[in-house]
Amino acid sequence: MSSQSTTPPTSLTSPKAPAIPPEGVAGGTPVVGLASEAVNDPVLTTKNLSVWYGTSLALKEISIDIPKHEITALIGPSGCGKSTLLRCFNRMNDLIPGARMEGTIRFEDTNLTDPTLDPVALRRRIGMVFQKPNPFPKSIYQNVAWGARINGYKGDMDELVERSLRRAALWDEVKNKLNRPGLDLSGGQQQRLCIARTLAVEPEVILMDEPCSALDPISTAKVEDLMDELKQDYTIVIVTHNMQQARRTSDMTACLMLDEAAGLGGQRIGVIAEFSPTERLFTNPRDSRTEAYITGRIG
Amino acid sequence: MNSSENFAPRLQSRRISGIVFGAACFLATLTGVFFLLILLGSVIVAATSRYTADGSPKPSISISQLPGEVSRLTTKFSSSQAPRAGFKAGIVGSLWLLVLVLLLAIPVGVGAAVYLEEFASPGRIRDLIQLNISNLAGVPSIVYGLLGLSLFVRAFGFKSIGLGETLWAGGLTLSLLVLPVVVIATREALRSVPPSLRQAALALGATKWQVVRDHVLPSAVPGVLTGTILAVSRAIGETAPLLMVGAAGAIFRLPKGPSSLYTALPVEIYNYAKLPNQSFRSIAAGGILILLAMLLTMNSVAIVIRNRYRVPSR
Repeated sequence: MSSQSTTPPTSLTSPKAPAIPPEGVAGGTPVVGLASEAVNDPVLTTKNLSVWYGTSLALKEISIDIPKHEITALIGPSGCGKSTLLRCFNRMNDLIPGARMEGTIRFEDTNLTDPTLDPVALRRRIGMVFQKPNPFPKSIYQNVAWGARINGYKGDMDELVERSLRRAALWDEVKNKLNRPGLDLSGGQQQRLCIARTLAVEPEVILMDEPCSALDPISTAKVEDLMDELKQDYTIVIVTHNMQQARRTSDMTACLMLDEAAGLGGQRIGVIAEFSPTERLFTNPRDSRTEAYITGRIG
Repeated sequence: MNSSENFAPRLQSRRISGIVFGAACFLATLTGVFFLLILLGSVIVAATSRYTADGSPKPSISISQLPGEVSRLTTKFSSSQAPRAGFKAGIVGSLWLLVLVLLLAIPVGVGAAVYLEEFASPGRIRDLIQLNISNLAGVPSIVYGLLGLSLFVRAFGFKSIGLGETLWAGGLTLSLLVLPVVVIATREALRSVPPSLRQAALALGATKWQVVRDHVLPSAVPGVLTGTILAVSRAIGETAPLLMVGAAGAIFRLPKGPSSLYTALPVEIYNYAKLPNQSFRSIAAGGILILLAMLLTMNSVAIVIRNRYRVPSR
């Protein structure tokens, strides 16, 4: 499928954020050598974000803006910190002892790098889908309802479960077996169940950490279609190793790289090589490392 | 180029050494089973042997007498006359202890394990506590008996608050004894809950407590119960600490509540076994069989629980 049509998204909130500018020309005036794109109406604004694990720097001075109601892909070679960056947005790195952030990530009027920020409230609003489908060992219904319930959902739970499963394009496959264990579903269905579970808490942003890497091509296509559908209402950030997937699904792409100077000293520090509209990044990359990566010469 | 001259495959001897190793391991497996059978056989022979008053052997009891023997051993109190001696007080006392230990050790042990595994931040203090708990698991049971004697029975000399030689004192002592094992078993069970489950729940905006309550503990229940029941069933077989905290030798009343005096099955077995009269040996052996039956029942319960609640891993 192709989310990359030639018509830009007609979202009212971002009339000037065309996903695909004409070939070779940025939406605005491209400055040669500037590898990061300014984005209209960003949901998440990341400025000079650095992440440490203990004393070792993992991400250095990341500045990217995540556009609203679009899909942003994070690509790059293994170990360059794509997932680390993704997990900054919902503070999942807090689970790793010694992880520390510097710089700012603005989400509305809060700064996500503020150590006093309570991640519990944040994580309902910025949901996450993981690499390996990880449904709860409970019924399909409970998988969807649990997150809403623990967040004090006041509406009709049956209705919410149905709506979430419908949005995740899973309803027709499971509507007659809502009390069956979620783990009885196939891998692709499990991943859509995990998406439904995330949708049920009504987030604004959905983070996806290689959501299709454990799925077969048919299931992958279903998830990609779903992403295309969901971006009308949600902002999606996806980490993927699959460059075709990034190209098929995303509007903006950030290519992360390992810092070469630090690499000589044996350190693995991720930096942003380029952040551009997807079509341009893949057809006319401005950064030589990006070009080398997308053409398969490195990574 | 043919590279086979670089290799000396010695297929025959490699295959044989595999067989020899497998056989050795099989023999090692048999050792445990073999000695268990010897134990059971000798205890059964001892339990069914009968002696005349002057100690010379009589023909052992027949199959038809077995049910009568079992009911005598389980329904009679202890006695100085072998044909009227039984373990009623000990069986009831041990069941009381079992319940007390389950009620005391499981909440405290599981609580401690949940704190250490889910809430405590990793660091030196946690490591220190962990080391201490592992060491406590290796402390000989008689030491717990001494602790129970001075702490629970005598309250360090403050007679008025001491529990005396009651079921409370015995139950508390045995609870302390199994507590480290319960903590360790529970931590193992908690650790085997996949981190992806916790992450999935946290990513939905759950608090730590909600994750533990709704996902981690339910997933850990089989492991916790199995480990705990095995630990408690070991405690029920303990004799030494109960001798220290004053399980009575001969008692002719059933305990009315946890503040009653009591005796326990292993203590009664011990008391019968040290009597000089041959006839009491077979009584003691009968008691051992009853104790074994209790322990095996508990272990089967643990196995049933483990199988029933096994979470599908996929």
